Formats: sequence, structure tokens, C-alpha cells
Amino acid sequence: METVFDRPHALSDVVTNFCPGCTHGIITRLVAEVLDELGMEGKAVGVAPVGCSVMAYNFYECDMQEAAHGRAPAVATGIKRVHPENLVFTYQGDGDLAAIGTAETVHAAARSENITIIFVNNAIYGMTGGQMAPTSLVGQVTQTTPYGRKVEDQGYPIRMSEMLSTLEGSAYIERVAVDSVPNIRKAKAAIKKAFQCQLDKKGFSLVEVLSTCPTNWGKSPEEALDWLRENMMPQYPLGVYCDKLSKEGE
Amino acid sequence: MARVTFRADRCKGCGLCTTVCPKKIVIMDTETINEKGFHPATVIEMEKCIGCAMCATICPDCVIKVER
Amino acid sequence: MEKKVLMKGNEALAEAAMRSGCRHFFGYPITPQTELAAYMAKQMPKRGGTFLQAESEVAAINMVYGAAGAGARVMTSSSSPGISLKQEGISYIAGADLPCVIINIVRGGPGLGGIQPAQSDYFQATKGGGHGDYRLLVYAPSSVQEMADLVGVAFDKADTYRMPAMIMGDGMLGQMMEPVSFKEPIAPEDLPQKEWATCGTGMKRKKNIINSLYLTPDELEELNDARLKRYETILKDEVLFEEYQTEDAELIFVAYGTIARIVMSSVNTLREQGIKAGLIRPITLWPFPSEIINQRADSAKMFLTVEMSQGQMVEDVRLAVNGKKPVYFYGRNGGMVPEQEAIVEEAKKYLQK
Repeated sequence: METVFDRPHALSDVVTNFCPGCTHGIITRLVAEVLDELGMEGKAVGVAPVGCSVMAYNFYECDMQEAAHGRAPAVATGIKRVHPENLVFTYQGDGDLAAIGTAETVHAAARSENITIIFVNNAIYGMTGGQMAPTSLVGQVTQTTPYGRKVEDQGYPIRMSEMLSTLEGSAYIERVAVDSVPNIRKAKAAIKKAFQCQLDKKGFSLVEVLSTCPTNWGKSPEEALDWLRENMMPQYPLGVYCDKLSKEGE
Repeated sequence: MARVTFRADRCKGCGLCTTVCPKKIVIMDTETINEKGFHPATVIEMEKCIGCAMCATICPDCVIKVER
Repeated sequence: MEKKVLMKGNEALAEAAMRSGCRHFFGYPITPQTELAAYMAKQMPKRGGTFLQAESEVAAINMVYGAAGAGARVMTSSSSPGISLKQEGISYIAGADLPCVIINIVRGGPGLGGIQPAQSDYFQATKGGGHGDYRLLVYAPSSVQEMADLVGVAFDKADTYRMPAMIMGDGMLGQMMEPVSFKEPIAPEDLPQKEWATCGTGMKRKKNIINSLYLTPDELEELNDARLKRYETILKDEVLFEEYQTEDAELIFVAYGTIARIVMSSVNTLREQGIKAGLIRPITLWPFPSEIINQRADSAKMFLTVEMSQGQMVEDVRLAVNGKKPVYFYGRNGGMVPEQEAIVEEAKKYLQK
């Protein structure tokens, strides 16, 4: 018999700290699958953020650095400038990337830093117990918006992919989701394309992945997938926002 | 002929795999509690398995191996 | 040694860094260190290096973290308010055991303060500017030549002990021009090998992890204690200082950096007047030259610490003297520099007591 699915080599054989049913685990694995398929594990250097994926340095077999909260794109910049031939990626959540680290994210894109960011958007701070994120939806109840996110008080959620795609430095930006098997496959293809963008030296690439947080959303893993589809997808439409690879290939 | 194997000790009991199986042969084993304290996922009627790997694809914890 | 060239202190720091194998510089503009970054911006591309102006000091120090973790000799420079912003990153660099060199061309504070020379960041540099138990190697040059020399020392020691090193100057040192000679550049192949660096496993070794997160308390304590052991070695082996006329001195000044040059003139003036004065000039602020100060406390009658601050290093002098003799303080701050005559008068005041 032929193995059609097994743990990718680039994914360390450890138990993640993610809660049951949290789709972080899927996204973490997809990155490893792509590293395997591109044969880049030995060339890759990953940067872990602060947030639920803070322990990501334990999840991959490639070299890893742990960054301070929000600073992963700056750390990745430092690595990439020393070793341009390495495949350098960050794995960041919404609080890390779109709140405390907004400046680092925007300027890495503006510089067209040749790195890849995997941006996990689950509309909440998971690690600290479910506070409002910059991507929390209007009306969303969190620990710090117990009466729902109100526009008058907390303003509007940030659409990072749209915002970053206005920058000339961005080379590839796509928003995907991991709510279903077909979408998981598309998410993997997007991650692969983003890494390829870096290998082709096209510049800054980012894949925003809509993800669930069953624990802090107060839902079962299956209900969380429904909530993602019904509430997050209208606010955060899936699709390619910027693609210099295909343009030049045409 | 296909085969799925579960690393029951790694399963966090989220049940996502059971929602995607086209043959409805992946279930939560409520008779068993693994060392993490969860009812792990398992398979019934293995002969019906088509090796589509949908269960493994959605599993957040790399519990499932699929052979065909 | 090559022939001497006339150069600004800030530029000498940059030139010396490149000759020490530094090919990566990340900074953010701030007065009065701008010449350093400008020199790097001009020279790095010519020497196959990277000069990057970051979006903030916070980003710059984290780029330093990444580059240091990737195994490069890397430098950043700033001035007091910018160094405050870098403190988070410096704590992480110390916690991840990464070597790098940080330049602080100190200006008067607190807050935005001013841009004139000051020594009011002594506490920040030597007592841990960021969170957690950690130390920096802190070097305090008092001439352009010494600035150039100490850059090489700072890179070497940072690599040896896997920790950040800081060079503290001020705008006066940074902007004054003096003759300086540089060492021959280090060949890249002569730089220390860093088997812990993240440059890709090549599928040939286990992965390297650069990290300061340890959630198990006994593991964190063990790592911190291992670092403390290295600090103890440094306290023993890496102290640098200069003594001037201390053998028979009744009054010993303690001063570092720019102000030590002025104090040296004050010592000469006092000696001309028949007053036995001397100077101990700490070159490393951490490790602090406590031992020599304590030894000299046996023969001297008193100490007078002179600083461009409200009195920061004086606390370490008092700890070193340990009650053996009185320790007095004279200082100006906010960018004001103590004058030679004022220092002489201050010394006489205490000698007549």
C-alpha cells in the first residue's frame, strides 16, 4: 500500500499547544507540507511570534527564531539580509501582526522585503484568553468587549490583505480559509505560491488565513467553522489581492 | 482497498474528522479515553474507506495516516 | 597599524565596525549620532554589506536580533531616547544569548531632553535598561582613537560571551575630529564560527532555535544561572581602566568618557599647585573596576566622582570604596559640561575640610 497522507517531515513530531479543534494546527501543518514539497526544509528559517503560535519554534524541523511581540517581520528582515539564499517566513496571529506589529508589517511590505508572512486571522486574542483583536468583528463579544465591539468605542476591524495590497512593495497577497477540505487545499496552494514568490526573489508575500478559535469563541470546533463562514468571510472576502508572479508570467 | 490509522494518544477529540468523511465511517470512540483525557477518533467498517484523506486533511493534530 | 587619519568619533565607530567584520547595520535617525549611520549608508554597499534605515528604533533592534541570530556581526546605533525604545529588544537579545554591538551617543534627558553631551544613561546601561536579570558589556571611550579600538573589543567580547555589548559616548566625542589609526580589516574567514546560528539546517544537523521563552521555572533558572556564571567570569577577566597619578594621590577622581579628559587637566593643575591628585578612569562601566578603586582607598584620603549627570556612577564608586574613605560627587547635567577650573575648586573644597 502507498501512503497518501502522513505527517510531513518538516513538522516536528510533537504535540502542539493548540486547543482541540483549533485550526492553527492545520495551518501549521500546511506550512510544513509546503516546505517538504519545495524541498526547502534545510534552507528554511522560521520566525515564531507571540500569541497562540508562540511555541511554533518547537513545531518545525527547520531553524527557528522566536521574536518579541509584533516584531517577527523585523527579525525576519535581519535574517534575510544576512542569508538572502534562505527561505525566511514568519507565522503570526492577528494581534501580533495587525496591532502591536502593524508598523513592522507595513514597512516590511513597503520595503518589498523578500520574506513570507503566514498571517493567521481568528478575530481574537487566543493565548491571553479571548480579548478583542484588531480584526474582531463589529458586535463580536470578547472578554474586553463584553457588550460586543461597538464602532463608537472600538472602531472597525482592519482588513490587512486589502491594506497591504495597496503598497507597491507587496508581491503576493492572498486571503484563504481552512474551514473545509477544499479550502484547506486552496490555502496550501496559496502558501506554496507565496514561498515560490520568495524563491523567485519577487519580494514581500503574505497569506492571510481565516482560522477558528473554538475555545474563546465559545463554540464547538464544528460550530466554529460555521461561524467563520457566516461571519468572517463576509467581512474578510477570500481571494488574491496582489500577484506579481502571475502578472509577469502572462 | 484503503487504510486509515489513528494515533489515538495524539487525538484531542475535536471531532472535525468525523464531519468530513464521505463514507461516515470515522467516529469518536466514546468507549475509550486516551491519556490526554479525550475520546479519540477511530474508524468503523474500514473496508468502506476510499482513502480520500479528507479526515487527515482537516485534522489539526496530525493524528491520521492514510494508505491506499 | 595604518597611518593616522583625521576623523569624527561617530565615523571612526562605523569604520572600526566594518573592519571588525560588521556587514550589517540597522538604525533609525537621531541626533547626535547621525554621522555614524550616514557613514554606514555610504560605505556598506561598497563593501558588500547591508545598511538599513528601519521604521523605528524598535524595528531596528529586532532586525539586529534576527541578524545576530543568523550569525552575523551586527551593529545598531542611537542616542538616549532611541536607546530607551531599544530596551525591549536588548532584553530579548540578552535572553537569547546573542552577540551584537549597540552604540549610545548619550544626550541630556529625561524625555526628549536635549542634544548636548551627557552621561545620564549610566544606570540604564549598567543596571539593566530592560526587564529581567541581564547585563551588557559597557565600554566608555574617551577619545576618537579609543572609540575605534573599543569597537573591535566589543565585537570580540560579545561573540566570546554571547551577549550584547554597548559603547557609550556622547555628542562631544561623536562629533569631535581627532587623528585615528585603524587595525587591518578582519577577513570573513577569520571571524568566529557560530554553530548555534540559524542559517538553515541543510538537512545535516538538528535545528537551531534562537529563543528566550522558557515556561518551566527550573529550566529558566538554570539558563539564567548559566548566564550569571559567564557574568562572573567577565567581572574577573574583562575589567578595563586607566590610572593617572594615583600612586601617591590624596584625592582620587573617578571619571569616564569625555569628562575624564577634562578631569585629567584638573589633576595636572592641582599637581602644579602641589596637591596630590590622581584619576581612575573606568573604560568598562560594566564590569566596573571596583577592585582597583577599593585598593586605592587604602592609600588615598578621599574620592571625587565627576560626571555629566546628577550622580549615577558615584553609587558604584561608593560600593567599591565600601566605606573606607569619603566619596564626593560633582556633576553638571542636561548637556552642561563641568569646567576644568570648577573641578579644581571642588577638589580643593573637600581637601580643605
